[in-house]
Amino acid sequence: MSLKLVISNLWKGYRDKTVLKDLSYVFDEKKVYVVMGPNGSGKTTFLKICALLETPDKGEVHYYNSTNKILPKDINLLRKITYVFPEVGIFNTSVFDNVAYGLKIRGFNKKEINSKVEEVLDFVGLSHKKKQNALTLSSGEAKRMGLARAMVIKPEFLFLDEPTAFVDAENVKLIERLLIQIKEQKTTTIVIATHDSPFAFTVGDEILKLENGKILG
Amino acid sequence: MDFLIEAFKQAFFLIVNLDRELLEIILLSLKVSLSALLLASVLGVPFGAFLGMKDFTGRSLIIIFLNTGMGLPPVVVGLFLYMLFSRSGPLGFLNLLYTPTAMVIAQFILALPIVASISQASVRKVSPIIKLTAKTLGATPFQIALTLIKEARYGIFTGILGGLGRVMAEVGAILIVGGNIAGYTRVMTTTIALETDKGNFELALALGIILLSISFLINLLLYYIQKKEIRTNL
Ligand SMILES: Nc1ncnc2c1ncn2[C@@H]1O[C@H](COP(=O)(O)OP(=O)(O)OP(=O)(O)O)[C@@H](O)[C@H]1O
Ligand SMILES: [Mg+2]
Repeated sequence: MSLKLVISNLWKGYRDKTVLKDLSYVFDEKKVYVVMGPNGSGKTTFLKICALLETPDKGEVHYYNSTNKILPKDINLLRKITYVFPEVGIFNTSVFDNVAYGLKIRGFNKKEINSKVEEVLDFVGLSHKKKQNALTLSSGEAKRMGLARAMVIKPEFLFLDEPTAFVDAENVKLIERLLIQIKEQKTTTIVIATHDSPFAFTVGDEILKLENGKILG
Repeated sequence: MDFLIEAFKQAFFLIVNLDRELLEIILLSLKVSLSALLLASVLGVPFGAFLGMKDFTGRSLIIIFLNTGMGLPPVVVGLFLYMLFSRSGPLGFLNLLYTPTAMVIAQFILALPIVASISQASVRKVSPIIKLTAKTLGATPFQIALTLIKEARYGIFTGILGGLGRVMAEVGAILIVGGNIAGYTRVMTTTIALETDKGNFELALALGIILLSISFLINLLLYYIQKKEIRTNL
């Protein structure tokens, strides 16, 4: 099944300012969309609304399935979408258990969890850290763990907010390689917010410029 | 001076020989206090967690009541329950006065505010990003609640152990509702009170030493938990 996200005439503001103004966009392909714009332009706000973490003031956010039916915003839909924060939220437990979280709550059995988690940890180069308490990871490692934890649940939509913030050049290269590998599997629509242009142009298929509350180009 | 030394000697003799009476009193103490604590935890942890997670009008008032309850004088709880359970009281028909059950209820009331209040504060302290992270990974509201409780586990254990420390040490409430009946409702603290009164220091001292050791163990555990929490939250 393949999901499509349609945003129409979206408005969002906070007390003293309007952040998103009549914004419309369609995410309908399994590729990497990169939302760019200066600080405070509304990238995070936009991504959170897309990921159903916030509600717009006006306008519509709908996920359609492959038969073009609007999906209700219930737990079934929420489990196909995930969002990784700039400062990865870390559970006070091992790296392994952090990454296994999404699988556990979905009721996977131990054996499946083991093989999936081992595989994804290997993919992000954290296998040797699996027993370490995740709170003790460096910020670059924590970023990769956050990515692994999101990937392991095989989301249809993966939202990444500033995936290269707090990451050194070498780790940015690593994250770029990982994202390109995910992209090649063509199973996930990836939406990234960043102001790291080289990174954006390396991984992005579409660059969305957010300016004055609208998407240009 | 001599009588002090003699009393200590006798007390150690009782402990080393695992005196039957001593053992029975210790076991009943543990049974009453641990049952009360179990009940207080089963109710107090989810209730505290709920208070820590939700915002609603009246929440602050409930927390202030709970914090007041943390300092509730045990004799007042004893008095209140005595009036409820006495023959002419509203719950007199239950025949609970002077039974271990009444003692469990009394200690449950003493432990509940501590467990609930500290659970509340611990869950409240969990970073909001944890809740959001659980949500973005597909957790249901119930699974999110369990995750927050798990994140607050060290604080919650601290609350439970604090509750245990309080009920193990109290004498006012269980003396009034238990009545200190030999072989039935006599526990460590009430025995100490009674035997001291009668001038029988050996048994009282032996129990005092055991009570102190239990308190030491509880604090050892608390120290270990707090150290662990600090280490993992750097
Ligand atoms: N909860 C909120 N309450 C009030 N104002 C908010 C809130 N969230 C965001 N804003 C404001 O909305 C604007 C857009 O914020 P947003 O976080 O979406 O920007 P951004 O493009 O992600 O910025 P950055 O590049 O710094 O991450 C900012 O001016 C911000 O201060
Ligand atoms: Mg942002």
